Amino acid sequence: MTLDSGEIGRTYTVSQVSLPLSTGRRLEALGMTEGTKITVLNSKRHGPLIIRLRGSRFAIGRKIAENIRVKEETP
Amino acid sequence: MKKNLTIGFIGNPNCGKTTLFNAYTGANLKVANWPGVTVEKVEGMMRRHDYTYRLVDLPGTYSLTSYTMEEQVSRQFILSDEVDVIVDVVDASVLERNLYLTLQLLELGKPVVVALNMMDIVEKQGMEIDLHRLPEMLGVPVIPVSARKRTGLDILLHAIAHHKDITEPDRLIHDHERVSHHIHNHHEEYAMVYDDVLEDKIDQLSQRLSSAYPDMKNYRWHSIKLLEGDKEITEKYPLDTSDIITRSYEKDMINERYDFIEEVAAEVVVNKSAKEASTDRIDRLLTHKIWGIPIFLGIMALVFFFTFAIGDWLKGYMEMLLEAFSSLVRTGLTAAHANQILISLLVDGVINGVGGILTFLPNIAILFFALALLEDSGYMSRVAYVMDGIMSRLGLSGRAFIPMILGFGCTVPAIMASRTLENIRDRRRVMLVTPFMSCSARLPIYILFSGMFFGNYAMLAAFSMYLIGAVTAIAAAFFLHKGDKSQDQNQLLIELPEYKAPGARTVFIYVWEKLKDYLTKAGTTIFLASVIMWVLLNFGMNGYTEVMSESFAASIGRLLVPVLAPVGLGFWQIAVALIAGISAKEVVVSSCAVLFGISGINSAQGMTQLSALLSGMGFGPLNAYCLMLFCLLYVPCAATIATIHKESGSWNWTLRSIFFQIAVAWILTFAVFQIGSFLL
Repeated sequence: MTLDSGEIGRTYTVSQVSLPLSTGRRLEALGMTEGTKITVLNSKRHGPLIIRLRGSRFAIGRKIAENIRVKEETP
Repeated sequence: MKKNLTIGFIGNPNCGKTTLFNAYTGANLKVANWPGVTVEKVEGMMRRHDYTYRLVDLPGTYSLTSYTMEEQVSRQFILSDEVDVIVDVVDASVLERNLYLTLQLLELGKPVVVALNMMDIVEKQGMEIDLHRLPEMLGVPVIPVSARKRTGLDILLHAIAHHKDITEPDRLIHDHERVSHHIHNHHEEYAMVYDDVLEDKIDQLSQRLSSAYPDMKNYRWHSIKLLEGDKEITEKYPLDTSDIITRSYEKDMINERYDFIEEVAAEVVVNKSAKEASTDRIDRLLTHKIWGIPIFLGIMALVFFFTFAIGDWLKGYMEMLLEAFSSLVRTGLTAAHANQILISLLVDGVINGVGGILTFLPNIAILFFALALLEDSGYMSRVAYVMDGIMSRLGLSGRAFIPMILGFGCTVPAIMASRTLENIRDRRRVMLVTPFMSCSARLPIYILFSGMFFGNYAMLAAFSMYLIGAVTAIAAAFFLHKGDKSQDQNQLLIELPEYKAPGARTVFIYVWEKLKDYLTKAGTTIFLASVIMWVLLNFGMNGYTEVMSESFAASIGRLLVPVLAPVGLGFWQIAVALIAGISAKEVVVSSCAVLFGISGINSAQGMTQLSALLSGMGFGPLNAYCLMLFCLLYVPCAATIATIHKESGSWNWTLRSIFFQIAVAWILTFAVFQIGSFLL
């Protein structure tokens, strides 16, 4: 699945990030790499998401989230 | 012993680095550009104890790779021999993210001192940071400072002076769970140690580098950069590494660094979840799917209500003061038998012109106070999230909305704030539409004319300007987007900081800076414009004249009347005021005071006088509304034009944007006037 279909309050593990170079680099520097855990804090239908990544909160556009493959954490 | 030290200040964006830098250097700054690039370079000098410190403020950056101009500039400078000590400014309230840069700095093998900023916020949030453990884990001194409260500044300087020659880490004490089988135990040498595979490769590369480049400093750092596939280093130091480097190890290294950071955070940050929970609770409401936008609109409505309602009440007192002063000067000068022309210049020109503008000080102070609260509390970045849905339909990210809101305060900083947008096309689009957001300089025009012509509906008429401005900006952005062939759009990516109570000092400094700008503008631009207006109005072909319609200004104004008549502004006085208003929009009001010879233009008496004069000319409520509308949309002030030129770097583009704004102003006002005259 991709991050944009993530449910609010759930935590996911990043398995693949396929974004244009500049955005991808920025996310990497912010700590989003394969294996990173991401919690979805808020998500608007057709709109942006709020996620927790390595202890900080970020708002990211839906198109970014669509290009982040994630696996659901087994509780 | 070296007595001249060069200190590089580096840190993430928004870590308070510039505030800290200013706390040391004050206004004693030298601003230039880094050689060859447009990135700004700020330097300050200071003497303390026996040392002369040269402080260099580096651009805010998240990492030290070489992908952006800022990162390249920072890295090259920090690696150069020029820098004696690196001060890494770390925002303690988001320690994890900031430590990523710290780890990269530690690998450079230069003296590093960590300035742990925002400790006051950390405490306020009920968190604690173990200041004993953190330096043990990083191997460098960690000095708690508060740039805002100016604490810890001297201690940081001591640490800099004492660590200037220390390139080895202080004693490192780690408790790693993972057992290393690597031949060397690097854990005593370096804070950041990678896994065995990577460490083996680093050792192999270091050895190869040392035989190929015997003069190189810090083989470990260069080896790490080679493993990351860093473009600059790979090109600079060609080396056959195909047997060691079989792929890019960058992602592995990023992961391991963040793993270590999590270890550090787990040990040194105490009681973190409490503050997160409270921010989450507030966010649940403020970024709510349905309620987010209404709440935002409500907050903005409240801001404007305070600006108008309370501001107007305070403005009353300012007017009384001004009137008393104006009549005092006039009686005094008349009693002293001063020259009539001099009295006219001082009282009608300067005091009425400049003074008329000063009475708006309370409105403007309140508006900026509100904007400062929104920014300092952390709400502003939420607005980017809330508005992203609407903005993405305009082909912009929610982030582009922040410059637009700042435009309610002043267009100049708003246009500068568009720097945070990476894409040049988006930036230009935002710069083009931001001047439509009604800035505080236009407020005096609304207050004066709506007060004169719309009685009980004055506030509504003024508020409608803000709405029309915002709608025009959004509509313009939309049409520009539709006309743009390339449809790739920039996506929102913004950090949402924890909410905090706005700091009194920060807010005060913010408001004071803006008021100082306003007062300076009143003292310089508006003063000059008032004097020039007075001269143009009182002199004509035949020298000094009491009859204004024979003055130079009248001749200039009459030239424009045919163009302005279709939009309901075909009066030479208004034409003159509009031209003068390009110097600064408030000048429209001060010009009217001078043009119609009215003292205390905002007082009840002055307004009655002016509205009687205007009505006599055939200038009614519809004309007043058209004037407000035209002032809202036409050419931004001279300072804005200069800023647009500086930020876009092109006169051609700047002139096109001015033409665009005049065209939009004329067309919209034309529509309103023609439809209005037909209906009324």
